[in-house]
Amino acid sequence: MKYEHSAIEQWITPGSRVLDLGCGDGSLLAFLEQSRAVHGCGVEIDTALISNAIAKGINVLEKNIDEGLDVFGDNSFDTVVMTQTLQAIRYPDRALIEMLRVGREGIVTFPNFAHWRCRWHLNFRGRMPVSEFMPYSWYDTPNIHFCTVKDFEDLCATLSIRILDKEYSSEHNSFEPLVRGMPNLFASHAIYRISL
Amino acid sequence: MSEFPADSVGLVTPQTVHFQEPFELACGRSLSGFDLVYETYGELNRDASNALLICHALSGHHHAAGYHSVDDRKPGWWDSCIGPGKPFDTNKFFVVSCNNIGGCHGSTGPASINPETGEVWGRDFPPLRARDWVNSQLLLAQHLGIDCWAAVIGGSLGGMQAMRWSLEYPDKLKHAIVIASAMKLTAQNIAFNETARQAISSDPGFANGDYLKTGSRPKDGLALARMIGHITYLSDESMGKKFGRELRSGTFMRGSDEEIEFQVESYLRHQGEVFSDNFDANTYLLMGRALDYFDLAREYNDDPIAAFQHALCDFLVISFTTDWRFAPERSREIVEALLGARKNVSYAEIEAKEGHDAFLMPIPRYIDVLNSYMVRVFQATQTGAGS
Repeated sequence: MKYEHSAIEQWITPGSRVLDLGCGDGSLLAFLEQSRAVHGCGVEIDTALISNAIAKGINVLEKNIDEGLDVFGDNSFDTVVMTQTLQAIRYPDRALIEMLRVGREGIVTFPNFAHWRCRWHLNFRGRMPVSEFMPYSWYDTPNIHFCTVKDFEDLCATLSIRILDKEYSSEHNSFEPLVRGMPNLFASHAIYRISL
Repeated sequence: MSEFPADSVGLVTPQTVHFQEPFELACGRSLSGFDLVYETYGELNRDASNALLICHALSGHHHAAGYHSVDDRKPGWWDSCIGPGKPFDTNKFFVVSCNNIGGCHGSTGPASINPETGEVWGRDFPPLRARDWVNSQLLLAQHLGIDCWAAVIGGSLGGMQAMRWSLEYPDKLKHAIVIASAMKLTAQNIAFNETARQAISSDPGFANGDYLKTGSRPKDGLALARMIGHITYLSDESMGKKFGRELRSGTFMRGSDEEIEFQVESYLRHQGEVFSDNFDANTYLLMGRALDYFDLAREYNDDPIAAFQHALCDFLVISFTTDWRFAPERSREIVEALLGARKNVSYAEIEAKEGHDAFLMPIPRYIDVLNSYMVRVFQATQTGAGS
């Protein structure tokens, strides 16, 4: 996550307004408030995490992203961030459209389900992958909409969403050239900066 | 003080302050001075930065926490939240709670003597608005040497006062905690209040509001009004769970014509009776009217965003899932307006079965959210210290 925070940080304008969908305990917003003096607001549904975020001094709203973002006005934020949340929501496509209505830009991060480890797991074990970064069994996972790097780019094309920047990460730095060359196979996580 | 729980503020003594200056009211009339009864819990710190103001709801009063005597069976009305180690932690904060003017627990109200006539005010007591209470609370703050509240806190009608504070005196509070409240009542809500008022005014003992002069009491009407109100403060689920269809007396057995009384009937009647013994009917009418008339954005072209643009404090808004009198939707409207005005706001929608009354209950998650937010309120009192 530390890598993710600094990757996001580079795309955040100092003093800007940032909305974090699925803000968890507010660590990212706390980090951006420190490093970029952003005016932050988070949305979260997990009650324990909401309390943690409130205690940190983060503005957090209890809200289910799938019910829409109608409390937020058009373009009321500079950047809307959604980290490791896309795969856990009921309507990822609607969420992306809503993100870019509320913010000028969006930053989305998600685990890449086409990562070679997942493929290997499915291929040779014939079972849904369970790993360090996907630690749940298929029946109790909050992650109901896994996608791949290619799937995400296809969805952006379908929704006429522009991809402004992208970065990938993998568990080992030595994989970097491979990751850059074949992200769909070697990236464990993807980070996209998007706009309409 | 071993007879009180360890997390209680213990024995408390109400105090009264008299303000002599004429006090202008929103209705255009003025009081030639007034009394305010209040209680405080905890210690005011040296730079007076740790003061919390508790605003009470329709039938509330100054006695929010602790006990008036060792024989008291029940503590103050918000004892679940005020005390050592509780959200409004008296080890950290100086908590102030007053009986609003128009009330019937010692502050100047309809049951007080009108100094101009030497008689009881009764129905002649001027109508009040939430802003009148805010203005009187400002005088109390000055009396106590408090220039800026660390937070103004209230549920229901109390939340309306907290919001009004943020617009009227934006630099005199750092946080507003608005619980189970609304920017204005819905027609359905006003309708309930009006039904309750009709119950009172149609009681022959009401004597057109002059019952204290005639020596009668609208006891039945006031009890009925409270019963109506009480139903709307509970949820279907909580009533079902508490009473179901249990009988208090009688039987449905064939061959028996014994009179039947459901538990819920006896409970409501008891609540009504206790209330009507301890509450002034004119105060009930006055508070209900203030609730109905409250409209946060009326003077801001009915634009709640424009209204909240005047606020400088941070906000915590809380609602309860089964509260249908001040539904979560009303709180979401507050949040939406605050976001539109680009204010700092946090919002929690607490899963609770107790309806509107949930805001008075020690519901673990509710207490947890308050505790978390008070961390932030306390930090603000520390950074301001000594600077």
